[in-house]
Amino acid sequence: MTATSTVTGTPDKPPIAEPPKRRGGILSKIAQPYKQSHGIQRFMLVTGTLVSLLFIFMAIFAPLIAPFSFDTYQSDGVRFPTQGEPSDLNPWGTTVQGFDVMSRTIYGARTALEVVVLAVAFSLAIGVPLGLISGYVGGWVDRILVLIMDALFAFPYLLLAIVAAFLLTNTIDSGIVVTAIAITVVYVPQYFRVVRASTLSAREATYIEAARAMGARPRTIIGKYLFGNVIQSVPVIATLNAADAILTLAGLGFLGLGIQPDEAAEWGYDLQRAISDAGAGIWWTALFPGLGIVLAVTALTLVGEGLNDVLNPTLRRRRVKKPVISSSAVGPASAPEVESEVG
Amino acid sequence: MADPVLSLRDLRIWYGAERGAVRAVDGVSLDLLPGETVGLVGESGCGKSTLGRGVIGLLPAGAGHAGEVNYKGQNILELKPKRLRAMRGPELGMIFQEPMTRLNPLMKISDHFEEVLKIHEPKLSRKEARNRAMEALRGMGIPPTRYKQYPHEFSGGMRQRIMIALALVLRPAVVVADEPTTALDVLVEAQIIRILADLRRNFDTALLLITHNLGIVAEACDRVAVMYAGRVVEQGPAYDITTKPSHPYSRELLRSTISLSTTELHSIPGAPPDLVSPPPACRFHPRCPDAMQICAQQWPTTVATSPGRRSECWLHSKDQIPKGLDAPLEREALAAAEEA
Amino acid sequence: MSRAGSLRGYVLVRIALMIPMVWVLLTVVFLMMRVAPGSPVSATLGGKLPPAEIAEREAALGFDRPLIVQYFDYLWDAVRFQFGTTVTDGQTIGSLIVENGGATLTLTVAALVVALVFGLPLGLIAGRYRETIPDAFIRVFAILGYAAPPFFVGLLAQLLFAKNLDWLPASKMASPITQATAEVHTHILLIDLAIDGNWDGVWDVIQHLILPATTLGLLVMGVFIRLVRVNVGQALGGDYVEAARARGVSERRVVSRHAFRNALVPVVTVMGLQAALLLGGAVLTEQTFSWPGLGTRLLQYLNSRDYIGVQGLITFFALIVVFISLIIDIVNALIDPRVRY
Repeated sequence: MTATSTVTGTPDKPPIAEPPKRRGGILSKIAQPYKQSHGIQRFMLVTGTLVSLLFIFMAIFAPLIAPFSFDTYQSDGVRFPTQGEPSDLNPWGTTVQGFDVMSRTIYGARTALEVVVLAVAFSLAIGVPLGLISGYVGGWVDRILVLIMDALFAFPYLLLAIVAAFLLTNTIDSGIVVTAIAITVVYVPQYFRVVRASTLSAREATYIEAARAMGARPRTIIGKYLFGNVIQSVPVIATLNAADAILTLAGLGFLGLGIQPDEAAEWGYDLQRAISDAGAGIWWTALFPGLGIVLAVTALTLVGEGLNDVLNPTLRRRRVKKPVISSSAVGPASAPEVESEVG
Repeated sequence: MADPVLSLRDLRIWYGAERGAVRAVDGVSLDLLPGETVGLVGESGCGKSTLGRGVIGLLPAGAGHAGEVNYKGQNILELKPKRLRAMRGPELGMIFQEPMTRLNPLMKISDHFEEVLKIHEPKLSRKEARNRAMEALRGMGIPPTRYKQYPHEFSGGMRQRIMIALALVLRPAVVVADEPTTALDVLVEAQIIRILADLRRNFDTALLLITHNLGIVAEACDRVAVMYAGRVVEQGPAYDITTKPSHPYSRELLRSTISLSTTELHSIPGAPPDLVSPPPACRFHPRCPDAMQICAQQWPTTVATSPGRRSECWLHSKDQIPKGLDAPLEREALAAAEEA
Repeated sequence: MSRAGSLRGYVLVRIALMIPMVWVLLTVVFLMMRVAPGSPVSATLGGKLPPAEIAEREAALGFDRPLIVQYFDYLWDAVRFQFGTTVTDGQTIGSLIVENGGATLTLTVAALVVALVFGLPLGLIAGRYRETIPDAFIRVFAILGYAAPPFFVGLLAQLLFAKNLDWLPASKMASPITQATAEVHTHILLIDLAIDGNWDGVWDVIQHLILPATTLGLLVMGVFIRLVRVNVGQALGGDYVEAARARGVSERRVVSRHAFRNALVPVVTVMGLQAALLLGGAVLTEQTFSWPGLGTRLLQYLNSRDYIGVQGLITFFALIVVFISLIIDIVNALIDPRVRY
């Protein structure tokens, strides 16, 4: 059903009320926001989704798409030039280390995807249960958790990730998993807060109270009723956090923390190397990895915000056309001139 | 007989919605004489508030309208937005339902008054404006010492009195009060109603008092219009209607009113109809205890049942009902119509 | 019910509420830094110095004591704004803050000004004309401002405005001549130069400031635009706005006086969080533009694995953020009369 409706007053033919169809498929559930949105909103949502899918595609098939591997510095035994201008062999030029910029940018999508998926999964796995428990159990457990999470939340998130990455790299190892854990530290408090808040409000909802009155155990209530309800707000945050996580990953890479250059191609690291190039007027080493970040983050943000606009009914603004009133089609006007007839 | 200060002619206000047009107001004609208080009663969702906003031209985007709202010889719905805006306040005022949220929380009471006075009476000096505002507040029993305070420092009843003072400070000819006491407790309600009832004595202000409380109508109104599903089904002098209603809906509504003499609760079965696809013909027929077969087929004519009274019901023009259609509407049909 | 009294009461309550927050923050920092085996000295210098010397240094700095004693020591030092001495170059964190804090302060304040001056009007326009073409453009701009990391924007800005157009300096805070002639009064270069009446120097620093401040400002601007947009939209649908319209208040005035002011209240409320974003972004921006601030320092200690340097600066940043959120709450109470009661 489209939101824009033109109305012509024909009272004789009431609109045929379709019984609500019960659609169980997950596909149609995913498609729902796209159907409900409209206009500019829909355009932004669809564009965001398409670009995100493109990046995911690029990440998965990086070895097939990229001309070389991210750490290739030669082809057929011939070394690439360092800081070489875009050419037939290296369409986006080469870096100061003589790597192919195009290949590194494409492989960067793969690194980003890996880290972001891990980080979001970790944060969900920790933040959602903690939020549910805190919100449902309440009491001192809740108070302590809130205090810790608020403290973490107030902390500049990049600094938090920096410290986490610094400590983890020093004590454990570097690499994709460790970087993902460092980013997780940043997002756990966010999931915790959102889930706890919606748990608190859902807890007081009548259906939960009814379940409790019927003697359902707390475990059942949390697992069956609260979880299902609270989880609805997660896709939006997860998408927005994924966007944010790409930025944090790039920030860490730019500062030389997290993933080491020989482990994977990382956009932030490449940009760090490009600083000195900028002084020499070399633009290609900065532009392409940078565009990778901007496009990926923008696309995910568009999806997240679009979903939010559609799924969150309080923000939803209906755009409906003014109805056209055709007087003749409606019943008679009610009686005028009451007073004048009195006399 | 004085000319009406405001007269609605076949006013229709429909909202665009995803399912189709919501016919919130659908063919209403009503007059308001100078200094007169007219009560507009009906259940929630019958279009009362929409009508009230339509009267001062305060319709949301996405609302279509037809018909006329005549004020001083011009249809205000046809006016340019700027002209209409200049009339809102000094000519047409409005008092809203929930006083708690109607004042800007960041502006002092004084700022609210000075803002409207500056807009509509720019020649007034600051001091004169202040005096006018103080006078209006004093009239509502708000001490002048509280002039410089913020809205949140007042109780609900006081805020509603401030809202009234804010509407009256410009001395409008017509004031629409949209359920001004619904959000307030009973004692405050009585106070506000007394203030509104005093209006017609002290000013020449015509008041359209929207309410679902028939007690208020009996107490404060000269005339009443009973609204059902976007239509005024009965109108007439307040005393007559609250004692001898002639439309079945008014009668049922009156019976549902709880008073001290109430011994058992009465309610009208069914719910107000869906305004996107209202019942054909008389809109009340699915719920009407007196419904006849004709009621589901033809619009009832409007009949003057007594001087100054009008009722839109077939009961009053039984002689015009074609043979056979005056049989009571059958129960199955009633139930089916209700479900529709 | 005097206003001054209630405001003071509110501030006192806020300060009281701040204490557990600070305590938790400090504890979190301490635990994070010490959860690793070994002491800060061995972690920093392990392998670089003979074990005996490391043990000696540990004893000198008190790292051989039980962890719980060190913890209380750390807390006690932190509330007195003493954050220790760095292991690698033996500087007190306090002196670092004095030395480099001014540059970070200049950068963040300038970025905030850029963000407010451009972000608020754009958000207002977008909120006022929601779901129109200008709104779509402003929204995309806001998203891009947020999606483009400061180091990328900074690099592009350097390429375009410094290298290609040669309008502005690419990096550093001032040219060598300004650096050489500046005398230290407040440790904030811009103010020091102004005190001396060195207006060429002031202009020089401002030129250096434009690119980094705009870069960092863009990051925060996106957040401001979104916030103002949503809040203006909400405020315009508010009850008091309808009431104002019913009194014949012009649409322009409804927007500027009623909707915008009320929309700003939540913006001020979240300003504390923006401080966190600004500080994080400042680290990246400073690195991009070789800006001699605390972020550059932090990075130096990160790279040299100086635990005390990192811990001290992080503690300071955490305290600053808490302090700013306290200030924001007080400002909020001053703007919004409802908060105090």
